[in-house]
Amino acid sequence: MDALKHTPLYDLHVALGARMVPFAGWEMPVQYPAGVLAEHLHTRAAAGLFDVSHMGQVILGGRGAAAALESLVPADILDLPEGRQRYGLFTNEAGGILDDLMIANKGDHLLLVVNAACAAQDIAHLEAAGLAPEVVSDRALLALQGPAAEAALESLVPGVAAMRFMDAADFDWRGATLWVSRSGYTGEDGFEISVPAGLAEDFARALLEQPGVAPIGLGARDSLRLEAGLPLYGHDMDAGVTPAQAGLGWSIPKVRRAGGARAGGFPGAGRILPELGRAASMRRGLIPQGRAPLREGVEIFAAAEGGAPIGRVTSGGFGPSVGGPVAMAALPADLPEGATVHAELRGKRLPARIAPMPFVQPTYKR
Amino acid sequence: MLKYTEDHEWLRPEGDEITVGITSHASEQLGDVVFIEMPEVGREVGAGEEIVVIESVKAASDIVAPVAGTITAVNDALADAPGDVNADPMAAWFFRIRPADGADLSGFMDEAAYRALIG
Repeated sequence: MDALKHTPLYDLHVALGARMVPFAGWEMPVQYPAGVLAEHLHTRAAAGLFDVSHMGQVILGGRGAAAALESLVPADILDLPEGRQRYGLFTNEAGGILDDLMIANKGDHLLLVVNAACAAQDIAHLEAAGLAPEVVSDRALLALQGPAAEAALESLVPGVAAMRFMDAADFDWRGATLWVSRSGYTGEDGFEISVPAGLAEDFARALLEQPGVAPIGLGARDSLRLEAGLPLYGHDMDAGVTPAQAGLGWSIPKVRRAGGARAGGFPGAGRILPELGRAASMRRGLIPQGRAPLREGVEIFAAAEGGAPIGRVTSGGFGPSVGGPVAMAALPADLPEGATVHAELRGKRLPARIAPMPFVQPTYKR
Repeated sequence: MLKYTEDHEWLRPEGDEITVGITSHASEQLGDVVFIEMPEVGREVGAGEEIVVIESVKAASDIVAPVAGTITAVNDALADAPGDVNADPMAAWFFRIRPADGADLSGFMDEAAYRALIG
């Protein structure tokens, strides 16, 4: 087995007392001494600084990159304005999801951010389609999330406060170029900031000196995105789950749908497009009626006794801001919101209510 | 005199009963506790049987019965405020058990032995 990789912020995590764990080939902070609960609540109340350098940053340059990427991703990339970012999916021929990613138009190139565990596969997938992806290996990626994020970053990098949700722009910090987008994966307003590796620790420390900014680990990142109703690759979606089943049909714009100017033309379009709005099972929100968290893999039944499972939990746990357990589950799409289903936990069936997502309201600056 | 198990439980003998909680070390390893499922009072349990479920923000884990016996009391206040396990694990008791074979704890670790175990 290969040694675990370290991000440019590894020494800082250790100095801050993080508990480091293996994650997708990287040694990453799962929590700091404050603990997951406190870190989660701090992010919603003030600002959390996350090291997401394990994620893949990929540059696609050259003329035709946008058109070529559209052959792999059912998103509108040709019309993505310069300085804007979009969410998209790599799909396979069977209509399953190979990865989810962010795509920013940086003018003379596209900047992609992909999941750590999928990065090598994504690169190969891009190369196989004739693209020439350039993997960014000399930069850290930080996420600053929460209501205090704007003021904290603005005080170091004047101008970022003018950005709107999903804007992407470059800024200068101590002579280095930061790649900033107003985005994140916590349901909070915030930024993702790509910073040259050699300046990453200084930049992170400067952010941590700002009022309200605290370091947050992957544990709270997971509970934050769960409460925000955001799916996680490898859990709520994978190569066997279609965009409609993952509840991600919204990411496929009209122009790529049947009847659109650039309809189809991506892997699995023949299955994915007809299924939009018509998938038999879908990712649904679930609020357990008791206090027991329902975790990934828990089977869901229609009745309190007997019958075959009708679905399973894909992500679940305790929602610190909700103050109780929350979950996402693959469930029949025709079950109405508010319906009660039964989750089998340790041999007992516990009632849970189908609920709208997100479980907390996002605070994006649109 | 407190005794300790290899499962990171502390045991406090009281008359013919034993009060059981988890150690600070276990509490730190678990992370924030958010849900506790207690056994029923009166339940007869075997040594090593999983009788309490502790859900932390990270995962579910169990507390096992340190000896065979009968559950005589559970700490319902703790079930209502699971965070107390993290706040003061040595004060947060889970259940009392009346051992089937008498309350002889000589086979369990003392504090020095337990400290050696957790390093």
